[in-house]
Amino acid sequence: MADAGYSQSMLESMRIVEQTRPRRMEEAFPRLEPEEKQQLLEQFHPDYRKDTTRQLRVGPNAGDRMPHELVDLLEARSRLDPESFQIEPWDYQTDVLVIGGGGAGSSAALTAAEAGVRVLLVTKLRLGDANTMMAQGGIQAADKPNDSPAIHYLDVMGGGGFVNDPVLVRALVRDAPFIIRWLEELGCMFTKEPDGTMITIHGGGTSRKRMHFARDYTGAEIMRTLRDEVRNRGLEVIEYSPAVELVLDDAGRCCGAVLWNLETGEYLTVQAKAVILATGGFGRLHVAGFPTTNHYGATADGLVMAYRAGASLRFLESTQFHPTGVAYPEQIVGLLVTEKVRGLGAQLVNARGEQFVYPLETRDAVSAAIIRECTHRGLGVTTPTGMQGVWLDSPMIDLIHGEGTIQRELPAMYRQYQRFGIDMSKHPILVYPTLHYQNGGVRIDEYGRTEVPGLYVAGETSGGVHGRNRLMGNSLLDILVFGRRAGRAAAEEVGSVRLGKPTLEHVRAYHRLLDEAGIETDRVSPMLLPDYLGKGARRS
Amino acid sequence: MATETVNVYIMGKRYTVPAGLTIMKAMEYAGYRFIRGCGCRGGFCGACGTVYRLPGDYRLKVGLACQTVVVDGMHLTQIPFFPANKATYDISELQPTLGVLLAHYPELSRCLGCNTCTKVCPQELEVMDIMAAAMRGDIEKVANMSFDCLMCGLCAARCPAEIVQYNIFILARRLYGRYLVPEAEHLRQRLAEIEEGRFDQELDRLTALDRESLVALYNARDIEP
Repeated sequence: MADAGYSQSMLESMRIVEQTRPRRMEEAFPRLEPEEKQQLLEQFHPDYRKDTTRQLRVGPNAGDRMPHELVDLLEARSRLDPESFQIEPWDYQTDVLVIGGGGAGSSAALTAAEAGVRVLLVTKLRLGDANTMMAQGGIQAADKPNDSPAIHYLDVMGGGGFVNDPVLVRALVRDAPFIIRWLEELGCMFTKEPDGTMITIHGGGTSRKRMHFARDYTGAEIMRTLRDEVRNRGLEVIEYSPAVELVLDDAGRCCGAVLWNLETGEYLTVQAKAVILATGGFGRLHVAGFPTTNHYGATADGLVMAYRAGASLRFLESTQFHPTGVAYPEQIVGLLVTEKVRGLGAQLVNARGEQFVYPLETRDAVSAAIIRECTHRGLGVTTPTGMQGVWLDSPMIDLIHGEGTIQRELPAMYRQYQRFGIDMSKHPILVYPTLHYQNGGVRIDEYGRTEVPGLYVAGETSGGVHGRNRLMGNSLLDILVFGRRAGRAAAEEVGSVRLGKPTLEHVRAYHRLLDEAGIETDRVSPMLLPDYLGKGARRS
Repeated sequence: MATETVNVYIMGKRYTVPAGLTIMKAMEYAGYRFIRGCGCRGGFCGACGTVYRLPGDYRLKVGLACQTVVVDGMHLTQIPFFPANKATYDISELQPTLGVLLAHYPELSRCLGCNTCTKVCPQELEVMDIMAAAMRGDIEKVANMSFDCLMCGLCAARCPAEIVQYNIFILARRLYGRYLVPEAEHLRQRLAEIEEGRFDQELDRLTALDRESLVALYNARDIEP
C-alpha cells in the first residue's frame, strides 16, 4: 500500500471505510424521491447550477445559456486580424478540406476520396489523436433479428429527452448496420462467436443488446484501422496544423480555411470547394472545473470557427458528466471507472465511511450527490495533489460475489489500478465526476450540411442527434455515420461549385458584434491547446 | 498538502517538480507546453513514448509519459515521432498469408529473436513471440496476441533488426478481421432488409410522431433481459 502513495488522511479514512463495511453490507440506502432528486440536481449538477453557465451575448445564439468556458471562447476575438491578413496566394488548393483527424474526419476523408475528388485532411495533433481512440464501450447497431432500426430510434430519442432532431436520429439508426459492415470490410476485429455472430450487450438506456465491441479497445481498433486506411489510400494529411479560421467567399460560401503550423508558427491558407469540420468536442475546457476523460486536443475549436462563420449551435447547455471518474491515483485522474463496479454492489461512501446516495441512481443524480458530498457537506477525501473524491467501496464486490469476481469481471479496471500499486479488490478506490461528452454542437442536416453553404460538420462538433444526453455506444456510431454522409455529400457538391472572392469579412463582422455588445477582451480563440503550465496536478 | 519534490533532468536540464507526478505532468509543471508527445493522456493512443534512465543505472528504459511516474534523479527525453516504414496496400486485394506479410515487410525475416521489443513494450505484450508467429504466417495468432498494441513505436525504436513490428501487426489484424473471421449472417440479412426498404415506413411514422405519442411508445417498449 505504501507504493500507492496514499496520504495519511486517506489511509485513516480507508480504515474507517473498512470498519463501517460490515454494517454497510446489511444496509440499503434509500432511493431519491422525485422532488428530492430534482432539488439535488438543481443545486449541485453543473448543468443546473446557474453559476456554471451564462448567456451568450453575440451571434445567432445570443441569449442562450452555455458553460462559461465556452462563452469565453465564443466571446473572443480571432487570432487573425481581418484587416491585414492576406488570404491569397493560397498555399494549398483542394476539392474537399477535412479539418480534424479523428473518427469523423478520417471517415469523411476516406468517403470523399472514394467518390474520386481531391481531399486534404488537416489536423491539430497526430492523425488519430482523438476521443475516438479512447472509446472503450462499443458501437450500437440494430442488426440482430429481435432488434430493428425503429427500436434503436426509440432508445435514442428517450435517452436524449425526446428533444433530439428526428431526421438525424433516423439517419443514425438506418445507417448503423452499414457502418458495421464497412468496418468489417476494412478488417476491424469485432468480438464474435466462432460462427461469425456478433457478440452484443446492453448499454445504459438500450432496450436490445446491440452494443458491438472489440474487446475493451473498440474505439482504438476503429481509429487505428481508419488511420491505416487513410495512409494506404495516400490521402494528403497535414498534422500539427489546426485550422484557426474558416474563409468565406463574397457570396457567403465557405471556401477554405486558415491553418496555423504549430511548430513553425506560420499561417497557411487552403482553398476548398467544400469544408468538413470534424474537430471533436470540448472536454479540455474543463467545464465548471471538472477533470475530463477527453484527449488533449478537445478544445471546441470547431464550435468557435463555425459560429463566427454564421452557423448556429444547439443543446450546448447540457454536458455529459460521468459520476465515477478516477480521483486517485493522480496519474489516471478523470479516466472512467465503469458503472459495472456499482452494478456489482460497490457502494459510494464519504470520508466518514457513510453512504450518501443509492449507488444506481441515474448518472446525473449520482454525480450531483458526489459533488454535494465534496463541496457543500465537506465530507470528501483530499488527495495529496489537492483533488477531492469519495470512496467507491470495491472490495464489497468480492465479499458479495466471492473472491476473484473483480479479476474475472473487471480485468481491465483491475489491471489499470494494479499498475499504480492499488489492489481494488482489497482497497476502496477514490472517484469524482468527470467531464465526458459534449452533447450539443453545430446544427446540421442529415448530410452534415450547416446553415453556411459549403460548410459541413460531423461528429462531436455537431449537435442534435443525441438531444440533451447521448447513450453509450452512439458516439462511435455518430462519427462514422455523419462522417461518411458529409464526405459523400461534399464530394457530390464540388462539381457544381463556383467560388467567389475569398474574404474574412465574417470575422470583421463578428468583431463588430463583440464591440457593439460592449465586450472588451483580449481573449483570442480557438484555444487550440489547453494551458497546464506549472499546474502539474488535478487536471488529467 | 505534501510538498515533497524530486529533481528530474529533462533533456539534461534539471527541474524540481512535485513527487508523484507522471512524466507528462512533470514536464508541464516545469513549463513545457506539449505540441507533440501528448495525445489521450490516458494510456490509449501511444503518442507519448519516452526514453529515461534512472540514477545509478546505465540502462535506458522506455515508457509512456502519461503512465510513468517521475523518480528523483531521472534523466528523460521524449520520442514524439519515429520515421518508421509503413507499406501501403489495398486490403480488399490481399490474402491472409505469410507471403503477403513478407511481400510488404521483407525485413520480417531479419528478426534476431533478441527479445528487446518485449522488454520495452509498455503494454507488456509478448512482442518477440508475436514476431515468431508472424514468421510462421500464423495471422490469427499475431492478430489476437497483438490486439492491445498502442502503436507507440517504442519496439521499433529499439529493434536491432530495424523491423517495424507494430505496422506488421496491424496488417495482420486487418487480414484476420477481413478474411479469417466468418461473416455475421444476421448482419447480411439486416442489410438486405434495409435495402429493400423494410423499415422505411415505420421510421417515417416515428419521425413524424408528436412528443406525447413518442413518450408513450418509449415507456411501453419491452426490454430484452
